[in-house]
Amino acid sequence: MSYVWTIAEQNKGRLREVSFELLCRGRKLADKMNTKLCSVLLGSNVADDILQELISRGADEVYFIDDPRLASFIVETHSNALSDLIKKYKPHTILAAATSSGRTMMPYVAIQVSTGLTADCTELDIEEGTNYLLQTRPAIGGNIMATIKTPDHSPQMATVRPKSSRPLPLDPTRRGKIVRLPLPDGLYDPRVREVGFRMSHEDSASIEEADIVVAGGKGMKKSDNFAMLRTMARHLGGVVGGTRDAVDRGWLTYPQQIGLSGKTISPKLYVAAGVSGSIQHLAGIKTSEYIVAINQDPEANIFQVADFGIVGNLFEVVPLINARLEAHNKGGK
Amino acid sequence: MVRIIVTIKQVPETSNVKMDKETGTMIREGVVSVINPLDLYAIEAGIEIKELHGGHVTVCTMGPPSAAKALKEAIAMGCDEGVLVSDKKFAGADTWATSYTLGAAIKELGPFDLILAGERATDGDTGQVGPGLAAWLGLPLATYVSKICSLENNQLTVERLVEDGYQVLQLPMPALLTVVKEISNPRLPTLRGKKKARASQLRVLSARDLEVQESHLGLKGSPTKVVKIEYPKVTRGGKMVKASGEEGLHTAVSALFAFLAEKELI
Repeated sequence: MSYVWTIAEQNKGRLREVSFELLCRGRKLADKMNTKLCSVLLGSNVADDILQELISRGADEVYFIDDPRLASFIVETHSNALSDLIKKYKPHTILAAATSSGRTMMPYVAIQVSTGLTADCTELDIEEGTNYLLQTRPAIGGNIMATIKTPDHSPQMATVRPKSSRPLPLDPTRRGKIVRLPLPDGLYDPRVREVGFRMSHEDSASIEEADIVVAGGKGMKKSDNFAMLRTMARHLGGVVGGTRDAVDRGWLTYPQQIGLSGKTISPKLYVAAGVSGSIQHLAGIKTSEYIVAINQDPEANIFQVADFGIVGNLFEVVPLINARLEAHNKGGK
Repeated sequence: MVRIIVTIKQVPETSNVKMDKETGTMIREGVVSVINPLDLYAIEAGIEIKELHGGHVTVCTMGPPSAAKALKEAIAMGCDEGVLVSDKKFAGADTWATSYTLGAAIKELGPFDLILAGERATDGDTGQVGPGLAAWLGLPLATYVSKICSLENNQLTVERLVEDGYQVLQLPMPALLTVVKEISNPRLPTLRGKKKARASQLRVLSARDLEVQESHLGLKGSPTKVVKIEYPKVTRGGKMVKASGEEGLHTAVSALFAFLAEKELI
């Protein structure tokens, strides 16, 4: 039986959390088919003890193509390298993260190796009898859930939404094989080059990767009022995001926009203040584990998807929450 | 003179859609079709490049004959010509078969310098056709492009929005870019543009006009198959408390903290 693969992601010598989330998904699939789970990393300069964490979190084997030309993500070279590995090792299933690089490389690879790909899955299973990967994903703004399979093609490939599963607990007793491989000749594509990188300012740090997101909408009324959401995010250990309205008014930057024309997120906790809950915005937050909404209008759409709603004036409610959070973090109640 | 192709998709208009309170699902009756909102940014970026460097913008879509409306709207915004890739044989294509067919159509259109596409469509929401098209055509690719910094000597410098910032890439043309909202502010069609659109003749390409393998087209040619569709209830029926008056406010916030503690969120 051929293996289940997950595609790990690295950034400056460290592994991104999503690498471990994928292993949790992959472990279940591999166990169901009674096969091995292998984590594949395309990158540069990652130490063995860091790779070992992939084993401790569920992988049986790690294939690491280690080459300085894979240090930053360039779709052509990364895709060539992965397609080459697929042709050599013929995995049964490949799971990659639905990140900016996963969602670029995997559709490219799907053409190179002639197989199907399902984007942004939230549930995965193996079909009894056929061993086909059953891939469930939201579409039409999360208003339908489609289950998709890829018969007659191999490998079975899907991208998985970050934060839609939790990593397995670290098991340092797990042992596995780490294989370092060179980038084979002829796979480096020199056409596209990274010539710079501009970090986002701290405020917009990676809302897709955050466990807690505090968001504001039109009801925040003005840019300065976002200070209280930043305070709340800081107390909760989260980051600030917002609706399209908030971004279009210049209160937040585009990387912070959540919804159909911005980012789709699945945090553990999503707090919406002054957010009415348009269909487009809800599409970006529906897979959040818990949603808390604060809004003056009891009829606001956001309350329909909320696990906990406070109907009230956010300019009274948010400062009180912040005061309580501050006391809580100081060890009070 | 930059020869630009913008690929677009027609999608159901969702901005005025309401949710059915009984079933908790989207009310789909009376939904009209529009240009995929994210494709508007690609169209605008194409028109701006034409205005800055000189050029020609061809807008191209694969879809049923009714998708002609979307092409005409793009021409009304300022695109020069429209191409409708349409055949019953293309129906039901997944992203693999769609990018294959679009690739064949683009080969048919002749030489070009730049293909622009929206990062994804708001209905399928996959974002896979742009990268797939680049793979079929062997073009240098940049996705999530938020800014075209320069275009000179057949070299593009672009910024792409990634998780922790903006990656700056340099790529030779011809190339394919998928773009995000930050790249442009789409203009509205002018009266003159609308007149031009009405008078324009769209080029229609069917399977017969393309060098394609029939086995790669439409539903039959698609590696992925939809086996089940469900309409999930999106409403969660959560607890709602009213924070009115000093006491109500404190009670509501206390109830919130009890909730957060119960779910181990604080």
